Amino acid sequence: MSRAALLVLADGRFPAGGHAHSGGAEAAVKSGRVTGAASLEDFCRGRLHTAGLVSASLAAAAALGADPAALDAAADARTPSPALRAAARRLGRQLMRAARAAWPSAELEALAREFPKGAHQPVVLGVTARAAGLAADDAAYCSAYESVSGPATATVRLLSLDPFDASAVLARLAPELDRVAGAAAAAARGVLDHGVDVLPAASAPLLEIGAQAHAAWPVRLFAS
Amino acid sequence: MDGVNRMDGVNRMDSARRTGEVGPVGDVGRVNGVGPVRDVGRANGAGPVDGAGSVRGADPVDGAGPPHGGTPSADGSGPGRPSRPGGAGRAGRLTTAGVRATARIAARDDGRGGTSLPVLEGEGPLAVRRIRSHGAEARVMLVGAMSGPLGGDHLTVEAHADEGARLRVGSAAATIALPGQNKGEARYDVRLSVADGGELHWLPEQLISAGGSDLCVSSRIDLQGRARLVFREEQVLGRVGEEPGRLTSRLVVRLDGRVLLDQELACGPGAPGGWDGPAVLARLRAVGQLVVVRPEFADHLPEPRMLGEHAALAPLAGPAVLVTALAPDGLGLRRVLDEALRLLG
Repeated sequence: MSRAALLVLADGRFPAGGHAHSGGAEAAVKSGRVTGAASLEDFCRGRLHTAGLVSASLAAAAALGADPAALDAAADARTPSPALRAAARRLGRQLMRAARAAWPSAELEALAREFPKGAHQPVVLGVTARAAGLAADDAAYCSAYESVSGPATATVRLLSLDPFDASAVLARLAPELDRVAGAAAAAARGVLDHGVDVLPAASAPLLEIGAQAHAAWPVRLFAS
Repeated sequence: MDGVNRMDGVNRMDSARRTGEVGPVGDVGRVNGVGPVRDVGRANGAGPVDGAGSVRGADPVDGAGPPHGGTPSADGSGPGRPSRPGGAGRAGRLTTAGVRATARIAARDDGRGGTSLPVLEGEGPLAVRRIRSHGAEARVMLVGAMSGPLGGDHLTVEAHADEGARLRVGSAAATIALPGQNKGEARYDVRLSVADGGELHWLPEQLISAGGSDLCVSSRIDLQGRARLVFREEQVLGRVGEEPGRLTSRLVVRLDGRVLLDQELACGPGAPGGWDGPAVLARLRAVGQLVVVRPEFADHLPEPRMLGEHAALAPLAGPAVLVTALAPDGLGLRRVLDEALRLLG
């Protein structure tokens, strides 16, 4: 394996469409709940320990070779908001296109065939990590980091937040990213013996509710 | 306030007996909500229930006045008599770690257009009473017969609606998670199952997470075929002006073995960071979920819609909808969830 493949996969410039999504930050900014670096950090921390943990564990389990269809169903059950399910599948489809070009593999082809409209993004991410020769921990790190880097980058645009401040938020979250990625990978290893029910199901009510409100806006900067 | 320091095992058993002997238990059939909350709370030593979340959020519709005495309850035990003789049985198994107690309810089509309850057993803090039926629907009230759950307690409620049975379960008062003497967490397990063609409405009052408490709630619901479900869960974080305790709650709903919904919420001191921040609860102190599963949703799922600023109705990936709602307090939360139920018809 090449550890450097992780840098390619986690790079914000990897053409997987993530830049069009704010991870709920746009709704949180509009409602006045995120107004600057401090509240952005609180937002990202909450997202990391809920949606981020769930995504990271799904990605890690897929990287370990767990059944992608079972993981996709587990993702559905953990994503009550139809707007978020649709966004996750759209992102999954876009990532699939880039992944097949970057790391062609039979497993990616099979997943693309089984989910022509896109599987949940973390599942595709895990299978991609596998195709790139990366480990479950790498997939967990990549997914957990995306769960906070997306909102941080989006908030720079939404609030004209100083990019230095946004990067400082991400740096301060690094120790918690380590813990979440570790917990996600540990849960993912349990999937091989006990099935997908052992995956975390941490939820964030305001992310779910905000995503529904956001989807109904006539004009918005980000897709979700 | 009078019982607040009397949380040791002996006195809790005593409380259980006392509760069995005072007004609210036999009376619960007709008084749902505010009245019994105060009485049960005081008899149990639940502490400052004065204007607490329980009262704040309790259903004001069904008899907000004081309990009326002397009316026989629907199970025929009459006011003031425990349904089962003997204090020990009612107290559950009181171990050094806390109380272990299970309540069981099973509903069956009685073949005459109604629903019978072949199993109706309570234990310790969990008393169950049948109240007046409503058409074909049997109705059961959970009655808190002791304070709790306290640290170290492990309570379980099991309810099953068989094919053709219609069961509605409510509770006489809010449940208050309290710290207690045992340092360990308390567990509250809800195990519900509905057979093909059965119907269960699970509509208890709020769970209030009092300061210093540590409770882990696990609700697992297994549905078969054309089962119908209405499930409401409401959590109020802290009594008035109080920081909440630690509360973790996981809800899993399965239909024919397939998971429709799996959600966990963790909040309070020691919960993962950001739980009270702008992505999760944003300092709103009441959070609730309403799950409705109907076979006809397989053909026609309701559209997603907002229910005010902090609540949304979401069609799930299956014949079910979830309403997720936040509110500053229990009363506001109930208003939103009631409105959602009306919308769903």
